[in-house]
Amino acid sequence: MFKDLFRKPKYVTVHADTVKKDMPDGLWQKCPNCNEILYAKELEKGLKTCRKCGGYFRVGARERVKITVDEGSFVETDAGLLSTNPLGFEDYPAKVAAAVEVTKLNEAVVTGEAVIGGNPVIIGVMDNNFIMGSMGSVVGEKVTRAVERAIEKNIPLIMFTASGGARMQEGVISLMQMAKTCGALARLHEAGLLYITVLTDPTTGGVLASFASMGDIIIAEPGSLIAFTGPRVIEQTMKIKLPEGFQTAEFMLDHGLVDMVVARADLRNTLIKLLDLHMTGGNANAQHYA
Amino acid sequence: MPSIMLEFEKPIAELEAKIEELKNFSSEQGIDLAEEIKIMQAKAEALKKEIFGKLTPVQRVTIARHPERPGTLEYIKHIFEEFIELHGDRYFGDDRAVIGGIARFRGVPVTVIGHAKGKDTKENLARNFGMPNPEGNRKALRLMEQAEKFGRPVFTFVDTPGAHCGMGAEERGQARAIAVNLTRLMQLRVPVINTIIGEGGSGGALAIAVGDRLMMLENSVFSVISPESFASILWKDPTRAQEAVEAMKMTAYDLAELGIIDEIVPEPLGGAHRNPEEIAARLGDYLKKNLDSLKEMPVAEMLQKRYEKFRGIGQFISG
Repeated sequence: MFKDLFRKPKYVTVHADTVKKDMPDGLWQKCPNCNEILYAKELEKGLKTCRKCGGYFRVGARERVKITVDEGSFVETDAGLLSTNPLGFEDYPAKVAAAVEVTKLNEAVVTGEAVIGGNPVIIGVMDNNFIMGSMGSVVGEKVTRAVERAIEKNIPLIMFTASGGARMQEGVISLMQMAKTCGALARLHEAGLLYITVLTDPTTGGVLASFASMGDIIIAEPGSLIAFTGPRVIEQTMKIKLPEGFQTAEFMLDHGLVDMVVARADLRNTLIKLLDLHMTGGNANAQHYA
Repeated sequence: MPSIMLEFEKPIAELEAKIEELKNFSSEQGIDLAEEIKIMQAKAEALKKEIFGKLTPVQRVTIARHPERPGTLEYIKHIFEEFIELHGDRYFGDDRAVIGGIARFRGVPVTVIGHAKGKDTKENLARNFGMPNPEGNRKALRLMEQAEKFGRPVFTFVDTPGAHCGMGAEERGQARAIAVNLTRLMQLRVPVINTIIGEGGSGGALAIAVGDRLMMLENSVFSVISPESFASILWKDPTRAQEAVEAMKMTAYDLAELGIIDEIVPEPLGGAHRNPEEIAARLGDYLKKNLDSLKEMPVAEMLQKRYEKFRGIGQFISG
C-alpha cells in the first residue's frame, strides 16, 4: 500500500551478547586512528601498526622490551618493588591491585639490563595501562635505580616513556620523584654516559618535566601526544580551542623540542646506530677530550 | 589589621570592630572605658588563640592565598640590605612572574629568585598571577648559574599556583625548562636554600624548590597539583576541593611529618599578613641559621647530602 511507504521500517534487533559470541574478546581490534578493524594476531606481527593508515596501537611495557632488545637478552631488575599508600588515600590500594591484575606488572615501569644490537644497556619502559603510567614512589625509585645502575656498569641508559604525569594519590611524594630522578641523571651526565629517551603516546606532565626531557638524544614516536599540560586542561583553563596536531611528536619536532620522530618499525635500528656511534668512537673520543 | 577578612576570622573581626567603637566612643564622650576595653581586648586575644591556634588545612589554604600575604617582593625589601633586579632569560623574554637578582644578606652577597604575584588585578595580569612561563624558569636557571660562577649562595622564595599552562608555554618547552632546572639545582656548587612562602603548586614550584634546605612558612602549602584540579581529575568534581585539601596532605605540618620539608617557620598568630615585618625578621634569622650550617661544609659533602635528601623520598615495599 502507498501508506506503508511512510511507516517506520521494521528493524531486526541484534542483541549485543549474540554479537559477542561470534567475536571473542581480543581477536579483533579497532585502529584508534582510522577505526579500521584489524585481526589481533596480524597486529602483533606488524608492531601493533594499522595496515590501513599506519597508526599505532599503544604497546605495553613487556611487548616494547620484546620488540626492542636482542632476543632473550632482557634481565628484569627491581620487579618486586610495590606501592604503599603513604597518604592513606581511599581506594588507592584497590586501584593498584586492579592495575596489577590487568597489566600483570607490579608498577607502571619495567626496568632491566639488556643488549641492543650487541650493545649492553640499561633499559626502562613505562606502561600506560598501569594507572595511566603515572609516576609515584615506585616509578621514581625504579627509574633512579636504573640510572644508578647505568653509572655503576658504565653503560648507556634508554628510557621509553608513556605517562599521564604524577601519581595524584601519592601527593607531593610523587612530585618529588621528579627531582629525585633528575638528580640521578645529573650524575649520569657527569659520568659522560649516553642517555636516550623515546617518548611514546602519551608522555605528559611530571614525567615529561623530568627524566623524559633530559635525554642527550630525544626520540618521539609518530603521532604521540607529548605535553606538559594536557590539551583538555589547556582548552578548559584558557577557554580556547587548540589547533589540530598541537602537542604531537611532529609538533615537538617543529618546535625544536625533540631530535627526531622515528617510525616504530625503524626504532630498534635507530637505537642500534646511535649506540654504535657512542660505544666505539664515542667513548674513545670522550676519554681523549676529558 | 588586614583589610580583607577571611570567613573564619569574622568573629575576631567583629570583636575588634567593637573595641574600636568603644575606643572612639570613650574619646568622643570623654568617658573612661579603659576597664571594659581591656576586658574585650583580652577576650579578642583569647578568641584569636582559639581560632588561629587550631587552623584546619582548608583555612591554611585560604591564608596561603590571602591577597595581602607578603610575597617575594616584600621579603626582598625587609630581609636584604640591598637588591639589584636582573631581567630576562637571554632567549625570548623577561617573565615577570619570576623575579631575581643579586642581594646583600647580612653583609654577604647572595642570589635571590622568587615567584612574584600581583597585589592588584593590573599587577597580577602583568605577573601572570605568579605562574611562570618557560622564560621565568630559564631566567631562574641563568641566575642560578651566575650565582655558581661567583660563589653566591642562592635563596629562593616559592609562591606560585603552578607553571603557566598555555599554548606558548608548550611551544617553548615548559617541561624541558623545568626538567633542566631540577637537574642543574641538584649539581649547583653553592648552598641553595628554598622557602615556600605561600603556594607551592606542582612542577612550577618545584623548578625553584630543589636545594640543600626546604623550609615552609607555617601557613604555606605545597602540593602536586591544586586541590581544585585534584578533585576534578580524581573525583570528576571540582566542588570537592576542600576534601582534596585534607586528602592531599599539603600543609607544612603534614609535609614535615612526611619528611618532605626540613623546617617550619612559625608565622605571627593569624598568618604572615597580620605582621609582615615580624615574619620577615624571623625568616631572615632562619635563612641565616641554615646558611651558616652550610657555609663551612665542603662542596662535595654538601652535594652528596643534597642528593641523599631527595634520593630518600618515596615509600615502597620490596616484595
